[in-house]
Amino acid sequence: MADIRLNVNGKVKAITASPDTPLLWVLRDELALTGTKFGCGMGLCGACTVIANGEAIRSCSTTVAEVSGQKITTIEGLSADASHPVQKAWMAENVAQCGYCQAGQIMSAVVLLAKHPNPTDEDINEAMSGNLCRCGTYNRIRGAIHRAAEEV
Amino acid sequence: MAIIKVSRRDFVKISSTASAGLILGVSAPALGQKKKPTVLEVGPFIEIGTDGLVTVWVTKSDMGQGVRTALPMIVAEELDADWSRVRIRQAHYDRKFGAMGTGGSGSIRSMWKPLRQAGAAARSMLLTAAAAKFGADAATLTVKDGVVTDPKSKRTLTFARLAEPASKLEVPKDVKLKENADFKLIGKKVDRIDNRDIVTGKAKYGLDVRVPGMLYASILRSPAFGGKVARLDDTKAKSVPGVRHVVKIDSIGTDLPWNGVAVVADSTWAAMKGREALDVTWDAGAATAESTATLRKRLDEDVKSARSIHDAGNVDRAMSAPAKTIEATYELPYLAHATMEPLNAVASVTANGAELWLGTQFPNWVNSSVADALKLKSEQVKVNVMMLGGGFGRRANPDFALEAALVSKAVGAPVKVTWTREDDMQHDFYRPASHHHVRAGIDKDNKLVAWHHRFAAPSISAYFDSKSRKPWDSESGGLDDLPYAIENIGVDFALVPSVVPRGWWRSVEHSINSFVINSFLDEIARETGRDPIELQLSLLPAGKKMGTGDFPFEADRLRRVIEIVRDQSGWGGARAGEGRGRGFAAQWSFLSYAAQVAEVSMKDGEVQVERIICAVDCGTPVNPDGIRAQVEGAIVYGLSAALHEEITIEGGAVQQTNFHDFPLLRINEMPKVEVHIVPSNAAPTGVGEPGLPPVAPAVANAIFDVTGKRLRSLPFKLT
Repeated sequence: MADIRLNVNGKVKAITASPDTPLLWVLRDELALTGTKFGCGMGLCGACTVIANGEAIRSCSTTVAEVSGQKITTIEGLSADASHPVQKAWMAENVAQCGYCQAGQIMSAVVLLAKHPNPTDEDINEAMSGNLCRCGTYNRIRGAIHRAAEEV
Repeated sequence: MAIIKVSRRDFVKISSTASAGLILGVSAPALGQKKKPTVLEVGPFIEIGTDGLVTVWVTKSDMGQGVRTALPMIVAEELDADWSRVRIRQAHYDRKFGAMGTGGSGSIRSMWKPLRQAGAAARSMLLTAAAAKFGADAATLTVKDGVVTDPKSKRTLTFARLAEPASKLEVPKDVKLKENADFKLIGKKVDRIDNRDIVTGKAKYGLDVRVPGMLYASILRSPAFGGKVARLDDTKAKSVPGVRHVVKIDSIGTDLPWNGVAVVADSTWAAMKGREALDVTWDAGAATAESTATLRKRLDEDVKSARSIHDAGNVDRAMSAPAKTIEATYELPYLAHATMEPLNAVASVTANGAELWLGTQFPNWVNSSVADALKLKSEQVKVNVMMLGGGFGRRANPDFALEAALVSKAVGAPVKVTWTREDDMQHDFYRPASHHHVRAGIDKDNKLVAWHHRFAAPSISAYFDSKSRKPWDSESGGLDDLPYAIENIGVDFALVPSVVPRGWWRSVEHSINSFVINSFLDEIARETGRDPIELQLSLLPAGKKMGTGDFPFEADRLRRVIEIVRDQSGWGGARAGEGRGRGFAAQWSFLSYAAQVAEVSMKDGEVQVERIICAVDCGTPVNPDGIRAQVEGAIVYGLSAALHEEITIEGGAVQQTNFHDFPLLRINEMPKVEVHIVPSNAAPTGVGEPGLPPVAPAVANAIFDVTGKRLRSLPFKLT
């Protein structure tokens, strides 16, 4: 076990964990930030996506030791009142069905829009194809990203 | 045709706690009896507070199909409530709520009448209370957005003011329901009630539950089905920091088919690491002899000795001397559900009873199986229904709840059991594999006069009840009620043994049978020089009805959805370009009517599905945007299976483990999807599943259209 400092959603948190613990389980079990989801444990589905130093990362296969000192943003850190343009677009398009993968989708989309303010469908395919949605909301995700791009 | 197909024994179990007629005749409680003294309660579904908020209890599980939005819409419509002042509460398991199981695309269909009656009864009570205040005749009053108006005096009263006096009245026995033409909310696009919680990460799924003193468990289960622990060495597991207990879990029939070893720890990660450190030898006995190769051989052989389960006309005679015979064999694999949220459950078992928190489609089944396993009374088992991160039929079974209850009891603390993706992939109740041998007889006038469908499968019913007298009853839908006007229709079935657990996969047998029927109809059309849509319409005589009861099959409704996709897709016109193909399929399932045209393109030997045009008639559309979403999702679920998904068996165990070897459709493969909803005043029918069955055959037929290659096995393999 080790003492680790994490910068999550603008706050520094001191935790004690085995350094090989995936960031996902520290967020969920230690910090009670359960908006970030577990899906596959191998970085194959994107349900656990968070932002670290501006990049979309898979928190299920990133250890806490690796991101210590980085600026981490989870879905809870986007906005608590759903006022972020991507959150608003997601609601306007009624993207979610079961909703379980959507935190990961939204975090991937936020990073995409930061890099490509007006993404093409190809840009969207590239940035979002790591995020699975079993409910099949892909076309609404695409629509919501275009909508958010207009608003940003 | 049964709408929710569960084996007889389980059906009794599931439905025995259900009661009908929940609303009317139930008196509102007298003042002071309940926590909120001045609340109007109508049956188990509606509460109206003195704050004017209307609370609707949602008694069905939401796995993405949107019932937490659509069910309260039905209440609000009859009540003339202000939608912005409607709230929901998810019902925990309680007999008073009636049948709580969610499946068979039945939530709206089954709740449509009781919720309308409850809403109308509440409205009537509020009107009676208002009439007394106004000194007016209740029949002359109007209601809009939660405000009652006396047109004569122009006085108004809100539901907030009326809840208390109305709560003293008897619930009326007879209420008048609205005409469809008077609907103000039903039929409008209404945003999902959970949108805000989902996009802010606040929505609570089973995985997000945390109760005081809770421990975390990960369970290693026998890789081969039915395997038992032969030797266990947990020394290393117990030395992992944070690990507290190692507990053996024994299977309980088909409710919990898995023997396992649970590692219980202070955190999910410690439990998973401890589980990795277990050293277990399993004994699965003869089960290890089964593989996909042995199963396919058996399916191939047994389909030849299939026995008749349905014969309308005389298929043998008709097939004995037709002018032309067409035949084909189709193969479908086992499939996993792969819900995005891996299975999980929190259980707290004490001397007094058990409480569970989980995403389940059948809280009643969880209640009864946990009560049986722990020798408790039903009343001692509380089941809290959380949001479901996908269900698709997988969350029908109570196995993951039972495990949590057994582990909690063993360690004497609340426990959350979290499945890994590998656990989920390898311990599912799979869509049955099947082989189909279909023959068609064509007479001298080029008319389809005989249809002989023989198939072999390890069935769902036979898994749950080895003595089932109709082991095909969750496989034969769409076959023994094939709605086409063909003079001779015969269906033969052979039950094939398998150690693999079977269950209900979105749209159940319709996902299988629609592929065979619509592919084969396309083959017949090509062989007889007819257009596939024209052929299918010719088999659906206008005005034809089949079956009785509230929801007979109506040929006109299937014709209509077929005509819509024909016209919207430009069927018959030129293809969209070089290397483009077009295919068609239609299926009546879960009492709804769906048709699709698929457009595909071929690039470098790879198929790209470009566009799916779908029309659906599901009766009165309650929330059209929700219907559109469900049909879009069902298309993706079916397309993903058609293009990619296959579960294979070796040594009595599933070979696939995660999304690298059980790939799902991704956004870069996503076609454009158009959904056309047929306007209707008929009672609502299924929405969650009927969009799925036509997609695989529509795409297969489109691939044939462009390549001339007939794909008779799923998933598609072009080379």
